[in-house]
Amino acid sequence: MDGANWNYSDKVKEHFFHPKNILEIDEKDYQPDGIGFVGSPACGDMMKIFIKVKDDRIVDLKWQTFGCASAIGSTSMLSVIVTRDGGLMLDDAWKITPEMIINELGGLPPNKIHCSVLGDKALREAIKDYYKKTGQEDRIPHDDKSRIICECLNITENDIRMEVLEGVKDFHTLQERTKIGTTCGKCIDTAKTLVEFYVGKYYADDIYKGNS
Amino acid sequence: MIYLDNSATTPLHPKVKETIINALDMFGNPSSIHKSGRQVRALIEQNRQDIADFFNCSPEEIIFTGGASEANNTVLKSATTCCAFCNDSRDHIITSNIEHPSVLNTLKCLEQQHVSVTHLKVDKYGLINPADVEAAIRPDTMMISIMYVNNEIGTIQPIQEIADIAKKHNIPMHTDAVQAVGKIPIDLQTLPVDFLSMSGHKIYAPKGIGVLFKRKTAKNICPLITGGHQEKSMRAGTENTLGILALGEAIRQCKLEMDENKARISALRDRLETGIMNNLDHVSINGDPAHRTYNITNISFVNIEGESILLRLDMHDIAVSTGSACSTGSLEPSYVITALSADPVIAHSSIRFSLGRETTEADIDKTIEAVTETITFLRKMSPII
Repeated sequence: MDGANWNYSDKVKEHFFHPKNILEIDEKDYQPDGIGFVGSPACGDMMKIFIKVKDDRIVDLKWQTFGCASAIGSTSMLSVIVTRDGGLMLDDAWKITPEMIINELGGLPPNKIHCSVLGDKALREAIKDYYKKTGQEDRIPHDDKSRIICECLNITENDIRMEVLEGVKDFHTLQERTKIGTTCGKCIDTAKTLVEFYVGKYYADDIYKGNS
Repeated sequence: MIYLDNSATTPLHPKVKETIINALDMFGNPSSIHKSGRQVRALIEQNRQDIADFFNCSPEEIIFTGGASEANNTVLKSATTCCAFCNDSRDHIITSNIEHPSVLNTLKCLEQQHVSVTHLKVDKYGLINPADVEAAIRPDTMMISIMYVNNEIGTIQPIQEIADIAKKHNIPMHTDAVQAVGKIPIDLQTLPVDFLSMSGHKIYAPKGIGVLFKRKTAKNICPLITGGHQEKSMRAGTENTLGILALGEAIRQCKLEMDENKARISALRDRLETGIMNNLDHVSINGDPAHRTYNITNISFVNIEGESILLRLDMHDIAVSTGSACSTGSLEPSYVITALSADPVIAHSSIRFSLGRETTEADIDKTIEAVTETITFLRKMSPII
């Protein structure tokens, strides 16, 4: 255990010690329009998000978590981003990335990013749930790069794509940087395929030039 | 601050602090033969004698090291690099799966060098069955290394029985006794281990000083640090005078306070457990209630993540530690708690409270209150309870 990893920003601390928009009543009494749930207790992080939608806008968002300080802090921050100024439109809320949340928080310790920022994933699950319940399945993007590959650490296809863009060219390096597949291991094959796919996509030229 | 992390490290004992302050000007090199060196040499040897008396061994059997990690490394690496061992064709070591990282990672290193290692499994209380040790012995077993007390859960291993088995089979036995020293009386005339490691900073001495006990009749070991012939050539480098004098004082204080500490701290530990159990549901204690040191309680607050508990207690100015994955930096939960329970939530939600000689009843009562408030708050926001 290393204290250097615990340099949370004041904003993270504020949201961790005084989290906003927690669902404190029974979810049936809250009557959400969509519910999203990601993670598992085995992985050490779980996140449940409840949304209320009016005229395509998220007018309210509540959440619950079994998670560490940065999971709590980042989801509290997300709940503020989504609901402030009358609430975000569904299409805009879908596009929220961990980077946006982390920027608003004033940063997170590097080893915390992949495992703890899962609010955006749970939010997309909640939006999907809303689309399904209201007969709008066609609005769920077909090419869903935000799908979660490593369920234990909540690493999405997009996270892998970003890692490749940042220079990762093999699964071993990806695992070193993200810890992907180190908990239950069942995503390893998919992750390897994705790394190959994106390396092929972004670095094919390099390979031909022999300077990869 | 309410400091309940004494198994991580302890504050200086006031007498130890005084000893260090008084020794600050004793700069002489104990290997020098002039007066300033002789004066320091005499003090070092007096402290070595006191430490040897405490363990009922001979002063020649006490080697000062930079700490217990170094002592563990010295013993285990000797097993493969030392001529005494290497002449020996044996290359198998028996240990447990809940040893300190300075044992497990050192053995991992040795495994790369063709040493084979048997990691004995512990039961749900963290206990090693001596019969398993005996069953694991092979003709090529060169060493048994089992910790005396586990650092996360306080479980006390049946070290006497294990050491007797080792002796019966004529296999060198090492024990990492870091968490046992000062809490459990250790008599090296009756406990037949060949090697024992200990550390100063768990018993109110400073960091950077430890001891490797090496029985006279034990096989020779190779020094980890070679150079001058300090410590009978088993640990080169000019002696850490301040550390040694401080450790000697800490040991003398241990001798004086051991019984009183045991009575007082065990009562406080029980008060803490009872208070928490009375106030909260879904709480379980990790480790062996019947065989554990009196200063540690490791509690799982089911379905609450440990790092969140730790940081909220930190806000109350209470210092504890956790086996949660989020706290390890490696994103993997404590291997010790994981070894006890198949349910990963138990490890993720575990908190270790380790009490010390400065812990008061008021500290414990405030902690019970803060823990109750923290757990109630975090459970309110948990989706799984």
